[in-house]
Amino acid sequence: MTQWNDNPVLTVEHLTMRFGGLTAIDDLSFNVGRGDITALIGPNGAGKTTVFNCATGFYKPTEGRLVMRRSNGEKFLLERLPDFKISAHAKVARTFQNIRLFGGMTILENLMVAQHNPLMVASNWTLGGLLGLTGYRHANRDAIDHAKYWLEKTNLLDRADLPAAELPYGDQRRLEIARAMCTGPEILCLDEPAAGLNPKESLELNELLMYIRKEHDTSVLLIEHDMSVVMEISDHVVVLDYGVKISDGTPDEVKNDPHVIAAYLGVDDDEVDEIEEEVGL
Amino acid sequence: MDYFLQQLINGVTLGSIYGLIAIGYTMVYGIIGMINFAHGDIFMVGAFIALITIVALGITAATPLLLLIAALVLVLVIAMALTAVWGWTVERIAYRPLRGSFRLAPLITAIGASIALQNFVQISQGARNKPLQPLFQGGFQLSDGAGTGFAVQLSYMQILIIVTTVVLMAGFTFLINNTSLGRAQRACEQDRKMAALLGVNVDRTISLTFVMGAALAAVAGLMFLMYYGVVDFFIGFVAGVKAFTAAVLGGIGSLPGAMLGGLLIGLIETFWSGYFSVEYKDVAAFSILAIVLIFMPEGLLGKPEVEKV
Repeated sequence: MTQWNDNPVLTVEHLTMRFGGLTAIDDLSFNVGRGDITALIGPNGAGKTTVFNCATGFYKPTEGRLVMRRSNGEKFLLERLPDFKISAHAKVARTFQNIRLFGGMTILENLMVAQHNPLMVASNWTLGGLLGLTGYRHANRDAIDHAKYWLEKTNLLDRADLPAAELPYGDQRRLEIARAMCTGPEILCLDEPAAGLNPKESLELNELLMYIRKEHDTSVLLIEHDMSVVMEISDHVVVLDYGVKISDGTPDEVKNDPHVIAAYLGVDDDEVDEIEEEVGL
Repeated sequence: MDYFLQQLINGVTLGSIYGLIAIGYTMVYGIIGMINFAHGDIFMVGAFIALITIVALGITAATPLLLLIAALVLVLVIAMALTAVWGWTVERIAYRPLRGSFRLAPLITAIGASIALQNFVQISQGARNKPLQPLFQGGFQLSDGAGTGFAVQLSYMQILIIVTTVVLMAGFTFLINNTSLGRAQRACEQDRKMAALLGVNVDRTISLTFVMGAALAAVAGLMFLMYYGVVDFFIGFVAGVKAFTAAVLGGIGSLPGAMLGGLLIGLIETFWSGYFSVEYKDVAAFSILAIVLIFMPEGLLGKPEVEKV
């Protein structure tokens, strides 16, 4: 039951992140299997978002490393890459807990920015674009088609020319995922994608994620509090508490792990000893 | 009426030059929230590069017209390219190392870069005025002044300035709205970190913003040189302050605002000197700025800054 260790797309090795005296993540190691949906869960303040921030260049980890293995065999150490290369070269994409769309730009433009690099090359670094060369026109049309494909998948196509800020909350969440997918990622990191969604939207999100995994060979790493989402769609669950990994396995294994139950429900002090005895600590 | 028309033509010409410089201020402010005080001096460097190129190519008013136009296009391209290198260098040396530092730090280095450029040109080119003979003479006589005693003239030079400005601004608006680089610039303006996470090379985008601003300043420099026929190492200061005023008047961060602001400052100045007194033209321009800012703090076309919660 450890298929994620055979061919991981992302390996987190001995990751430690300290902020002054506070250890947010302590010696965390886990694998994200290629093509899997991996969920990172844990109570508030467990350090889940910090893992994402280390992987996407917001923080430099105090210790440890994050190895991204692309399907073409290239290997990247994410903690050493400048931030724009994390998307452009290592093909890691992420979304945020508090949505970060370009609110003043249209929905279509948001998705076009995500395809900036291929377009920049196709437009001969803008000169060709200004002169209207055919190479750029073709690339531009392809980019628009690609964007439209994702707008269709996220039911936003009819509103493509609306400023992103005018979308309702649930649609903004989906747009953020569409934008991340437009960069052509091999791993998609989603920070609480279901937060604030109603049950119907939550269900649509599940379908979208399943679709992405199935049709686009994109591995998904998600942080989520909504257990209905986590248990339903993930292949592999990693549980953090106070920056330490307390459980790692399939959803069923994790659900029945006494450590996880203790972390989530809380137990009396003597019960901790009992449980620790039970699991052999 | 004839007098008014003549002032209008003069004002639009001057406003075009201010507008071209103002775009550089407004774009840099939009993308990194910094006032590039060296931009006026980049304009001055552009004027000098244009002058040197004109002299080196041996262009005079005696050159046949077609050749003259071709040569001036060449001058324009050379001046834009070389001035762009200066703009890039200033950004690379004086601003990029301080990115992520506190807000006032790049402001100080901007003033430093401005002084450095002025002194460099003063030492390398001399402090005296550099004249250039008029390359285009004559123009259209719009009215012979028979009734009013005042002849209205639209010179070829003025047509050239206005047409070039309109063409460049149209091209520029197209670049910002329709090309991938323009989209990346607008994205960086809103959320630099997010743009980087989508694969946009933010540092390069910022550099290109400076390069584009400097290229437009070089065009303004060439126009200024041909229109007034004289440059010195200090022209960047006054023109820079005026163009900055234009950018603020139009709403800093807004491109159409910079163009509108430039036009307004040019018109106010010209009309004030035409109808009241030449000495107080700057007072008039800055007073209008003060009044507008009291009632519209974000400028004419600027967006009000929304407090992020």
